[in-house]
Amino acid sequence: MQERVKAKAIELLESGCRVLGWKAGEFFYDVTPAVFTSREEIERDFVFNPFCGANQSKYLIAESRRGGRVAAFLKPCDTYSFQQLQKEHRILRENVYAVGVQCPGMCDMDALRAAGLRGVTGAEDRGEKLLVHTLRGDREVDRSLALSERCRVCKSKKLLDCDEMIGQQGEELVSTRFTEVERLEAMTPEERFAFWRGELSRCIRCNACRNVCPACSCEKCVFDNPASGAENKAPASSFEENLFHIIRAFHVAGRCTDCGECSRVCPQHIPLHLLNRKFIKDINQLYGPYQAGADLETRPPLVDFQQDDPEPSIVGERGTNP
Amino acid sequence: MQVNQEFRPTIAAFCCNWCSYAGADLAGTNRLQYPADVKIIRIPCSCRLNPLFILRAFQRGADGVILCGCHPGDCHYTTGNYYARRRMTLLFSMLDYLGIERERTRVEWVSAAEGAKFAETMNEFVSTVARLGENRRLEDLRCKSE
Repeated sequence: MQERVKAKAIELLESGCRVLGWKAGEFFYDVTPAVFTSREEIERDFVFNPFCGANQSKYLIAESRRGGRVAAFLKPCDTYSFQQLQKEHRILRENVYAVGVQCPGMCDMDALRAAGLRGVTGAEDRGEKLLVHTLRGDREVDRSLALSERCRVCKSKKLLDCDEMIGQQGEELVSTRFTEVERLEAMTPEERFAFWRGELSRCIRCNACRNVCPACSCEKCVFDNPASGAENKAPASSFEENLFHIIRAFHVAGRCTDCGECSRVCPQHIPLHLLNRKFIKDINQLYGPYQAGADLETRPPLVDFQQDDPEPSIVGERGTNP
Repeated sequence: MQVNQEFRPTIAAFCCNWCSYAGADLAGTNRLQYPADVKIIRIPCSCRLNPLFILRAFQRGADGVILCGCHPGDCHYTTGNYYARRRMTLLFSMLDYLGIERERTRVEWVSAAEGAKFAETMNEFVSTVARLGENRRLEDLRCKSE
């Protein structure tokens, strides 16, 4: 796959596009999105490996407006965000050449650690398997062991709105992604509060979740506004992180495609996707199934209404949080 | 706030200018009593209520927050309260998910003619929140006056 993607990158570059791809970071697993403008750069730096988890669609907002054409390699979940951003008129589609890349699920260093691998120095794609180099020699592990959480519960392998595809078109999947949300809902309010306090109090307000989120691409943000009373970078009180994460999750409610980038980049490993999934689950239950980014036409649930929508008091009436 | 050892909650009531705010007026002119713990904040439409306002109210010492707007179908701007209804449903569900007591937030539709309903709602809401006690889970100690 690496060779096919790289060859396609060179081909597109020579047809006059800038190329949005990945280059190696400091470690083998922190592969970084990058824009390539010359053949030498691509040959030297371009990588495509099982750790290319980053969602590329957000970078297309700026890149599609810089003039000229930009080519991007999008995984299925990236194409959902890509289409959602088009729906919000953020990406100029005519300036983007989108290459869909079949995705077998992306790997995660934390998953490798959890699988008991220590001293990992590198990893190679072997299709169903992953060849992991460690200080004590090489080991071959099942790729499913190394998958990140979001890829284990993948909602769709379908590539939307691509000009070209590398590999096979996939299908929407039946996902078990709400299982963890349901587990939390079944707890008592005290337990839930303790759970979230434990998770959110680790927040260091680095704003990485906001900066990486394709839906969080407003040019002005309440958390940058000193007059909002919510912009403090240093969490001085326990409430600070609650407020930040509730508002952030609320602001992307109905637009979040559940790509899972927020949890991937969190340096404190806070399961932020569980907040977004709660909103997605509630929207599906209360206002009918909705997948952000799945199409360009349907009205987003939070800028739509029905006259017989449930009243807010339903939250109390449902007894345990459903 | 503690006065004479008795806990008095602080309630922020966001009232739509076109209905509940006038409803509160009517309650006043009819000499209907409701606790002075309710601090009314006038907004142009229930749809104006940003979820951030609710969290900021809690942060700055509110023990309960109530939103009053026009009955669905009666919005001065035709559809504002329908959008507010969806937003508040989702927000309240999220607060519940985070383990915040669900009785601390409420939405009530009160028209300009329902002064009695306004007073009754406020009496009931204040006693509910007073029973829950002080808001500890969403407070911000830096913002509290005491």
